[in-house]
This record gives sequence, C-alpha cells and structure tokens, in this order.
Amino acid sequence: MVDLTTRLGALTLKNPIMPASGTFSEDLADVFDLDCLGAHVTKTITREIRGGNPTPRVCEVQGSMLNSIGIPSKGLDYFKSTILPHYAAYETPLVVSISANDADGFARLCSDVTLPGVAAIEVNISCPNIEEDGKAFAMRPRTTTEVMEKLRAATDLPLWAKLTPNTGETIEVAQAAEAAGADALVVSNTLLAMAIDVRTRRPKLGNLMGGLSGPSMKPIALRMTYQCAKSVDIPVIGCGGIGEVEDVVEFLIAGASAVQVGTATFINPTVMPRLIDGLAEYMHHAGIARISDLVGSVRDEEAADGVVFMEAAP
Amino acid sequence: METVIEMPTRGALRKGPVAEGMARIKSNDIVTGDYRLMVLDAPPEMLDCRAGQFFHILCPTGESFRPYLRRPMSIYCFDPAAGELKFLYKVTGEGTGALSELRDGAEVNLLGPLGNGFTIREDWKNLLLVARGVGLATLAPLAKEAREAGCTLTAICSARTEALLMSIAEFEAMGAEVIPVTDDAGTSGVEALREVIEGRIAEGGLDAMYTCGSNRILTLLQDIGARHAIPGEIALEQQMACGLGMCHCCVRSFRREGGIVHERVCREGPVFDLQEAMGW
Ligand SMILES: Cc1cc2nc3c(=O)[nH]c(=O)nc-3n(C[C@H](O)[C@H](O)[C@H](O)COP(=O)(O)OP(=O)(O)OC[C@H]3O[C@@H](n4cnc5c(N)ncnc54)[C@H](O)[C@@H]3O)c2cc1C
Ligand SMILES: Cc1cc2nc3c(=O)[nH]c(=O)nc-3n(C[C@H](O)[C@H](O)[C@H](O)COP(=O)(O)O)c2cc1C
Ligand code: FES
Repeated sequence: MVDLTTRLGALTLKNPIMPASGTFSEDLADVFDLDCLGAHVTKTITREIRGGNPTPRVCEVQGSMLNSIGIPSKGLDYFKSTILPHYAAYETPLVVSISANDADGFARLCSDVTLPGVAAIEVNISCPNIEEDGKAFAMRPRTTTEVMEKLRAATDLPLWAKLTPNTGETIEVAQAAEAAGADALVVSNTLLAMAIDVRTRRPKLGNLMGGLSGPSMKPIALRMTYQCAKSVDIPVIGCGGIGEVEDVVEFLIAGASAVQVGTATFINPTVMPRLIDGLAEYMHHAGIARISDLVGSVRDEEAADGVVFMEAAP
Repeated sequence: METVIEMPTRGALRKGPVAEGMARIKSNDIVTGDYRLMVLDAPPEMLDCRAGQFFHILCPTGESFRPYLRRPMSIYCFDPAAGELKFLYKVTGEGTGALSELRDGAEVNLLGPLGNGFTIREDWKNLLLVARGVGLATLAPLAKEAREAGCTLTAICSARTEALLMSIAEFEAMGAEVIPVTDDAGTSGVEALREVIEGRIAEGGLDAMYTCGSNRILTLLQDIGARHAIPGEIALEQQMACGLGMCHCCVRSFRREGGIVHERVCREGPVFDLQEAMGW
C-alpha cells in the first residue's frame, strides 16, 4: 500500500488531489462521493452579493478554455447559512476561498469566515485591487505584503495565498506572501487572455478578456510552481492544466506538495477520483512509498541556482 | 452595472445521481439537410429521464474537428425498455461536426441526464407546443409525457421549408395533432402563428404552452399567455462548460418579484417559466 497523505503545514490531507476554486461545488456530489478528495475548495466568495460578468462567459481555444465568469457571489450570509452547513456532512477538510477589492475589506471577511468547519482559508489575491487601479494584489510584492499582513492578523487558520501568473515578479511575490505569514501558496490562477471571432470581429467573451485555463496553462503553472518551491519554505500547491496522473506527478516533482484540478473536471467530471486511484497505482508500480518522496525531486542539479530567478525566456 | 443575484429560487429539483459513461452508437444518419439523428445503446442508469432534460456530450476530437468543452444536447427520445437514447442535432460547428463523423459502433462519453424537465400539472388537459428547427429535439419527448398524462397536444412545427419539417409522424404516433408551418408557405410568421393559437384558445381553450429557443416565439407566447392567463414553459439554451452547476457560465436573466435574477440554465433550467424568461 502506498501512502497518499500529504502535509500542508499544520494540515494533513489524505491525498494530494483537491478541486480548484470556481470549478467545484456541492453539485458535483451528484456524480461521485466528494469525501474521496484530499480537500474541498469553495468558489471564491465576497462579503457582498455580486453579479458576475456579461455572457458569453466561456469560450474554447484549441484544447483549452477562457473564462470571464467574474465572481458572482451570494455573499457572506448565504455562505454561513447554506454552503458551510452543507460541507459539515463531509470528513474532508473545507478550504474557503475569499476575495475583496481592498485590503481592509479582505481582512474583515477573512476574520468573518474563521469559523468552525473551516480548515483553511485560500485568499484569492489574484483578483483586482481597486486601490491599485484594478491591478491584482499578487502582481507586485509590495501590495502582496500589505494585504497578506492584514489577512494574517485576521485569522489563526492556515492561510493559503493564491498567486497570479500575470506578474513578472513571481518569486518576489511568493517570498512576500511567505514573509507576511502565508502558510501555503496556490500556484496559480488563470492567465489573462483573449479570443476574437474573425467572422464577426467580436471578442468571444462578453467581458472582452478572460482567464486561460486547461492544458495550455500547464507549462506556465509548472514553471511558477518550480520557481516558488525553490524560493520559499512553505508548501506549494500546484494548479493549472492538470488532468492526467502524469501531470500530478510532474507538479509533485517540481516541488508541489498537493495539486488542484480545475478545468479538467468540466471535461471529465470524475477526473479527481480517477487521479487519486491512478496516482496510487503509479506509485505502486514505480516503487514510491510516500508522496514526500516525489515532492521537489526534480533533477535540476547546479543549473538551478542561476535559472530559478529568471523572468524571461532564454 | 446592475447587480443581479445568482440564486436558485426554483431549487435544485433534479433528483438522484448523474451518470457518466460510454454509450455505443447504433446509428448516426442524416435526417434532412444538416440535421442528424444519433441512436445510442445506453445503460439503464442513463435512461431515467424526463422530457426537457439534456446530456452533456464529450464530442471526440478527430481530424477535422477539435472541440474541447462538452456540448449540451436535449434528449430527443429515451426508451428504457429498448435501452435506447436519441439525439437530434444540427451540424453547425466543432462539436456537432465531430459528432457527425462518428460511425456506427463507436462509443461516446455522456454525462446525464441533467437539468429539470417540463412540468405537466395535473389539472392541465389541453397543451400546445411551438417548435422551430432543432427545438423539436427538446420538445418531442413532451408528446409522450402528454399522452401518458392523458392530455391532448397540439404541436406547431415550424421550419424554413417543407423538406426541413421533421418528426411529424412521431408526433402523430403519440396522438398529437400537428400543424406544420413554413417560411416558404408564409405560414410561420408571428402573426400567422398568433392566429392559429388564438383560434385554438377560442375553440376549446388551452391550459399550457411550451416552446424553446426562439426569441420571436417567446415574445409571442408571453403576450398570448399574459392576455389569456395561460401558463407556459420555455427550454433555454446557453453556452455551457461544466453542465452541473459549478462554473456559473450558463446564466440567463429572469424577471422575478423584487427584480431581475440570474439562474443557471444547466441547473435551475433548462426549462423555465415562460413569463419569467427574458428575451436576448
Ligand atoms: C440545454 C441545451 C440543449 C441543446 N440541445 C440541442 C439539440 O438537441 N440539438 C442541437 O443540435 N443542439 C442543441 N443545443 C446546442 C448545442 O449544445 C451546440 O452548442 C450547438 O449544436 C452548436 O455546437 P457546435 O459545437 O457544433 O458549434 P460551435 O460553433 O463549435 O460552438 C462553439 C461554442 O458555442 C456554443 N454554442 C453554440 N451554439 C449554441 C447554442 N445554441 N446553445 C448553447 N451553446 C451554443 C457551443 O456549445 C460551444 O461551446 C443545446 C444547447 C443547450 C444549452
Ligand atoms: C470557470 C472558472 C472559474 C474560476 N473561478 C475562480 C474563482 O472564483 N477563484 C479563484 O481563485 N480561481 C478561479 N478559477 C481559477 C481556477 O481555480 C484555477 O486556478 C485555474 O483554472 C487553473 O487551473 P486549471 O487549468 O486546472 O483549470 C476559475 C477557473 C475557471 C475555469
Ligand atoms: S454550465 Fe457550469 S454552471 Fe451551468
């Protein structure tokens, strides 16, 4: 028997497979028993009730997709009255994803979701910050430090910072989040992208631009996971384009201690349980006893030191 | 921008587990023009369906077509006894193009049945549906349910040309009276349809009306429904990713007491109250 458990700071998960925020909800329980997952991660919630973006909210781009869902949210009260009690029926730890458009509001919400039944808080600092002209908090180290310090002071629960690929300062941002007290990094959110229908000359998304996710995101998220794992001591959770057992193993080797699966669930709603079984089978055949034997086992040798901090393609 | 709440008010009516798995193609032939009928050998857990529900189909990538997301497809016909499931589709793009290339014996991955079907209230006796083009696929199984509920059904089937009219025999076999209308004959316009429907109401009354897809027909039925206090339902389409209610990409707007709400076509729909639906 292989041991699939993985440690993320104070939290031990029964396996390293969990859903990515916004691509998962209670509704998936119609398809399989959600208690098989390593963790449950909610769609990002905001304090206030919010509508999402105009439709069309998704489009496909050669084997991947763009989305401009936005963060439609039923608000904090609905979360407390309906969503939280729903997950109480499961043993799997619940991770609540939150966001706000200014640092103080973010911290207040963080404090308000520090509730029994919540195992960790994932802070979606890849969302726009209105105090910085809509630039995401996690685009720059300074704004990352500012918001993470306030968030850290607002909760004793494990705090996971979800990073954005829309930055040229991946490592500085990762280190800023760690220094400000993050317990783990989730790497990463979607990459800002666009698609136009050449026939009508209209952008394919109602919001004009949106986030790229799915297989095309994988090499980018893997590169960031590697860079983050090399430059911080807190655990890294890989996310982006994961859909096959080999993808999971690749992220673990790059340094991730766990992974999140997003878009792949849309294509194959049972992909997460399949990945859990497939990973156990892979490890069994490869003679790997523990997840930790894989984590960060990339053979990059001395070349790594000079290259990790690179923010441009050679 | 107005803030609209994306909150289910009909509740998640859909019952039970949703199956995901393979079904084998028995046939996949052209019906007329760009329309094809796919007949599948489906496992029993996929065949506990209601008229108006849909499946989310994983269209395979091939040489000419590379769809990525699944495509929602209405259940055109389901027969638990024969173990059969049928889809009627119009070949328009990547997804349906990929489906059209599948040969007999090939397998496709299906997720479903999904969504909430049409309702036939116990006190309804005379039903009317208006179907245009591929909307037939969605409304056809209602004929069987209407017969089982002991209702009489009038089906107005609309198409561009007479050659493109489909399913008339199937509707008649289910005891429905079919009124074919076409653009060619000039019988499918809004005013012509209004006359036919008003005629029905004058003759014997109507208890409910059903439609899907077309904005023009929606507006017409809303007007007739409001005037004569006749309830109705519409099946709506919207681009989908997950099909299960997780991603919130498939929302449409509805008029409710207190304002406009967004609901997910895949979860709260695809069948909605006729008067609450908003044009697009
Ligand atoms: C509940 C529901 C039931 C449906 N039932 C049927 C049916 O029985 N027969 C049938 O032929 N079609 C049906 N459709 C539309 C179908 O899902 C396809 O979207 C459409 O056939 C075109 O797909 P395509 O991949 O060939 O076109 P493409 O142009 O390649 O599609 C591009 C994208 O646009 C989306 N899209 C295009 N047209 C529509 C549409 N009308 N509604 C929603 N999304 C769309 C596609 O899903 C895809 O994501 C239904 C849609 C919904 C939501
Ligand atoms: C439809 C959709 C909605 C998303 N919503 C959120 C969200 O609310 N909060 C968040 O932090 N990330 C959100 N994401 C990003 C995913 O969590 C994930 O970071 C990204 O999709 C990359 O992973 P993937 O390639 O496995 O999908 C969303 C992604 C998609 C496709
Ligand atoms: S398609 Fe994902 S919520 Fe409807």
